[in-house]
Amino acid sequence: MKEKQPTTPTTPVRVTSTAIAAESKRKGRSTTRKEVPAEPENKVAEEMEDQVAFPAVDVSHQANIEEERAHEVATNGEPKMSARDVSVFYGDKQALKDVSIDIHEDVVTAFIGPSGCGKSTFLRCLNRMNDTIPTARVTGRIELDGEDITTSSMDVVQLRARVGMVFQKPNPFPKSIFENVAYGPRIHGLSSSKADLERIVEKSLKRAGLWDEVKDRLEESGTALSGGQQQRLCIARAIAVDPEVILMDEPCSALDPIATAKIEELIHELRGRYAIAIVTHNMQQAARVSQRTAFFHLGELVEYGKTSEIFTNPREQRTQDYITGRYG
Amino acid sequence: MNSIAPTRWTDGSMNKRLGRRYAAERRFRLLGFVAVSVSVLFLAFLLYNMAAKGLGGFVRYEAALPIDFAKSNLFLDPAALRGPDAEQTVASADLETAISQAATATYGPAAAEMFGDGAVNTLTRDIVRNPDILKDTPTLWLPVGSKVDIAAKHSGDPASENLVNLLKSRHALRSSFNSDFLTASDSTDPSSVGVWGALKGTFLTILVTIVLAFPIGVLAAVYLEEFAPRNRWTDAIEVSINNLAAVPSIIFGLLGLAVFLNIMDLPRSAPLVGGMTLALMTMPVIVIAGRNAIKTVPPSIRDAALGVGASKMQVVFHHVLPLALPGILTGTIIGMARALGETAPLLMIGMRAFIAAPPTGITAPATVLPVQIFLWSDEVDRGFVEKTSAAIIVLLLFMLVMNGLAIYLRNRFERRW
Amino acid sequence: MSLGLALVAVLIVALGVGWAGYVRARRLRTASRMHSLPIYHGAYAALWAAIPALLLLAVWAPMQARLVDTAVLSSPEGRALPAFEMQRESILSEAREIADGEREQGFNPQSSTLAPRIREAQSRYALMGGAAAILVALVAAGLALRRSAPQFRARTGVERWLLIVLLAASLIAILTTLGILLSLMFESLRFFRLYPLHSFAFGLEWSPQTAIRADQAGSSGAFGAIPLLWGTFFIGAIIAMIVAVPLGLMSAIYLTQYAHPRVRAWLKPILEILAGVPTVVYGYFAALTVAPVVRDFGLWIGVSSASSESALAAGLVMGIMIIPFISSMADDSIAAVPQAMRDGSLAMGATKSETIRRVLLPAALPGVIGGVLLAVSRAIGETMIVVMAAGLAANLTLNPFASVTTVTVQIVQLLTGDQEFDSAKTLAAFALGLALFLITLLLNLIALHVVRRYREQYE
Repeated sequence: MKEKQPTTPTTPVRVTSTAIAAESKRKGRSTTRKEVPAEPENKVAEEMEDQVAFPAVDVSHQANIEEERAHEVATNGEPKMSARDVSVFYGDKQALKDVSIDIHEDVVTAFIGPSGCGKSTFLRCLNRMNDTIPTARVTGRIELDGEDITTSSMDVVQLRARVGMVFQKPNPFPKSIFENVAYGPRIHGLSSSKADLERIVEKSLKRAGLWDEVKDRLEESGTALSGGQQQRLCIARAIAVDPEVILMDEPCSALDPIATAKIEELIHELRGRYAIAIVTHNMQQAARVSQRTAFFHLGELVEYGKTSEIFTNPREQRTQDYITGRYG
Repeated sequence: MNSIAPTRWTDGSMNKRLGRRYAAERRFRLLGFVAVSVSVLFLAFLLYNMAAKGLGGFVRYEAALPIDFAKSNLFLDPAALRGPDAEQTVASADLETAISQAATATYGPAAAEMFGDGAVNTLTRDIVRNPDILKDTPTLWLPVGSKVDIAAKHSGDPASENLVNLLKSRHALRSSFNSDFLTASDSTDPSSVGVWGALKGTFLTILVTIVLAFPIGVLAAVYLEEFAPRNRWTDAIEVSINNLAAVPSIIFGLLGLAVFLNIMDLPRSAPLVGGMTLALMTMPVIVIAGRNAIKTVPPSIRDAALGVGASKMQVVFHHVLPLALPGILTGTIIGMARALGETAPLLMIGMRAFIAAPPTGITAPATVLPVQIFLWSDEVDRGFVEKTSAAIIVLLLFMLVMNGLAIYLRNRFERRW
Repeated sequence: MSLGLALVAVLIVALGVGWAGYVRARRLRTASRMHSLPIYHGAYAALWAAIPALLLLAVWAPMQARLVDTAVLSSPEGRALPAFEMQRESILSEAREIADGEREQGFNPQSSTLAPRIREAQSRYALMGGAAAILVALVAAGLALRRSAPQFRARTGVERWLLIVLLAASLIAILTTLGILLSLMFESLRFFRLYPLHSFAFGLEWSPQTAIRADQAGSSGAFGAIPLLWGTFFIGAIIAMIVAVPLGLMSAIYLTQYAHPRVRAWLKPILEILAGVPTVVYGYFAALTVAPVVRDFGLWIGVSSASSESALAAGLVMGIMIIPFISSMADDSIAAVPQAMRDGSLAMGATKSETIRRVLLPAALPGVIGGVLLAVSRAIGETMIVVMAAGLAANLTLNPFASVTTVTVQIVQLLTGDQEFDSAKTLAAFALGLALFLITLLLNLIALHVVRRYREQYE
């Protein structure tokens, strides 16, 4: 009955709820988590028996950190960025409807959902990249540290330095590795001397986990690196301007599993410094990497909450259906 | 935030830097706008300049002239002028002196040179049309000569200006549309000059060009796109075509001179030779446009046709070519528009002569409109400035129509797959 | 009998044969299932009838001219012609014109007596050629018709002919290139026999007066091309590019990055109109309006040698004419840079101008440079603007207000007027043409190479 199937990014992954429940019971977690009655668990487990089960996602790592951060999330009052009733229109067509989400510091927030449901569109609202699309119109309020970023008094150039972005397909500039990372500090005037600039580049590449691999060949072209290295270069580039938030739009979808694992590790490390929002197609990845998850469907935010809850005990039926793979 | 030195985004120096960056942005954008404006303003100025100088060429002044035919020395019998040889008979009469005498009689000795060739032509036409006017003393409106024309339109030498004033005081001067400009041919007198000869020459030359360049160009494009194997020879053909499209037009003139005139001994200055030379020049353009148009037809159409059993040739001629035709036509019209405006190669093959009559066929000596403009631009007589600009207006109208047609075709018929 | 008549006859035979083939195939079709439609059978027969015969006529025509000439020259009237080549040639050409009916009588009485001979010889040979062609047509047609049978793949045969026609059309391109090269080289070689190559290529003086007669005084005959090459380079590559490159590049950037789509929709056609204006109009405008202003300006700033035919006037107008070329090349190159680059730069907080200057332009640079080289090639080959606005004086000067001349102007000068075709003057024009052809070819090849080699491969 239980079959093992290979995981691919597009295959909806089912989280074995029993594993999470078992772990949490073992660790004797505090009751800040919602009480999970036995029945729904079993119901879910029963339902799952009807379907093909997938290899369990190892959420132990997840659970540990969850535990640590659980009360921190609760006590961390002010979110770094908050969106209230954000809607996006492309011409007459509404792509996003009344989305309200908080992005907290030191937390990775994942946006999941089927293709075309608006996750990337919402992500692009957070650094006003939708401004570059002539037909796009954004309504609602988005705040960074309490300041509304959609007003004209917020300088979009500074905003984009404070809220960095990493794209789906690695897009290093056709310049040298050094120049790629130095681009941001240069245009924003963040370095006072050449030595300063070199320091910033080294620091960024180290934080992105790329320094050891490229420190001897900084003059080589950025496009000559492998896919995974290019993506880490793009992350280093975003880090170089000292952002407060990093947005990642499906950063691993163009990469092989080994490169993906490296990036996920990097995200764990970066979480301490930056607030991270990541859009992903891969539910396993969301479960591995994030503490909070938002599920989008057809332009609406269906559910938003702690990752473990979304995957074990979602409130909405639609979320449930997506998680268990009825569509997607 | 953990960083070596936290970036202070709100402090003064950062704001100043930001201000400088935005100022640079505004300057850059302004620079771009200025660049585009320069081009637009230049074009506007060019067109305005040509129109200002040339519109006068479509207007001509006529003066009233009473001619007493009985007293003149013309021995023309109205009865003899009813046959087919009327024009020749009239042409052999000395109308110029008659006109001059009548002018002197009416307007004084200064008016002896008042009328030019245009008046002779008009009088000839009037007499041939209605020989009965020879019987009495009609007052005919005849076009004035170049000097008086200029004086009437802008300003001229004192003698002509006096004449103009005299004519105006007697209400003997009127302006009318210069239809002769479009129906007459080249002449030495700018007031009677016309572009019809050049227009007909252009028409014949372009006809030869299309008849030669279009089939060859399209067939070559079809071959290169659909049938050519990938080997050194077809690569060489491709490279030649791409190079030919970029060769200066005067080189084609040299080729025409060396091969068509000297080796093949074809008649100089004929639309046939001009058309062949321009065809060689236009063919690469059509080939390139054709190839691009054929490339845009999706392979699914070809596959579908092959799937029902059509042969390769049938696929191409029944399916691909009709679909690529709008693109090919657009490219052809643009190539033709370019050929229409070409001067240098036609100068090389001898279209530099003074041709006073429109060509009778594609082997008769002819000239084309751009060459005509070039020849007139060299003339010293001030009257030619106006006529040259007027001819330029005619040429520009042609170009506008052809380019407009190409754009219309492109928008209307070109499909985006 | 004339060759034209023979041509018509062959075509009629072909059509007739085609019709016969079609009818016959129709009859066969009712009896059994056929591979090809009847029309292909007819076409097959017609093509076999027409094409070999027409080829024969095409080969016969030049041969006939030579045969006629020999026959006429050996006739009694022909032997009475003067020995001096030029005189004999002119009488012969007059006689030919009389024979063709183009004129009534020539200046020389001998031409009228020669004419009937010519007519007779033409008739005789045309008859031979025409008869041979019709024979070939009929034989070929017979053979073709015999093969007509239900299983006969007529369509394949026809398509093979069509393929040959297509190939022939493509070969015309190679023929033209070969023709250009051969004719230019042939005439240039004749020139270099009269005037040494190194004096031409490196000579600093250009005054092409050659002696008509051996003892004529006042012929210097200096054909040094350097002043011409300098003039061409000065006007086309320096002045014109100083005008065109910044304006063209900034226009492209403004139109693609900053302009509102509606504004772009009518600004682009205006730039295309600029490219479509005939060069003779530009030349006239340059000579009539721009040159006097330039001269007055030159005099005003103290350049006393400012002439009314200046390099600056021609260069300015030529630069403006070239703007659309550079603009459209730059446009294409910038558009080819993937959107991801632009997004990546903007997402880092760069302004639009910073993105363009630091990311887009460097990425698009090979394409832009290729475009500039092609534009230079176009400017160098331009004739009418310089003929009308620049001068005839071969000057090696850096003064833009002075009058200089270019290669193209001199080609026009040398070849207009009645020139004896063999004189050094006319041949020099071909040598200049060869130089021009080689230079533009080189520029085009370099441009292509730059674009191909250095373009970033974005997959």
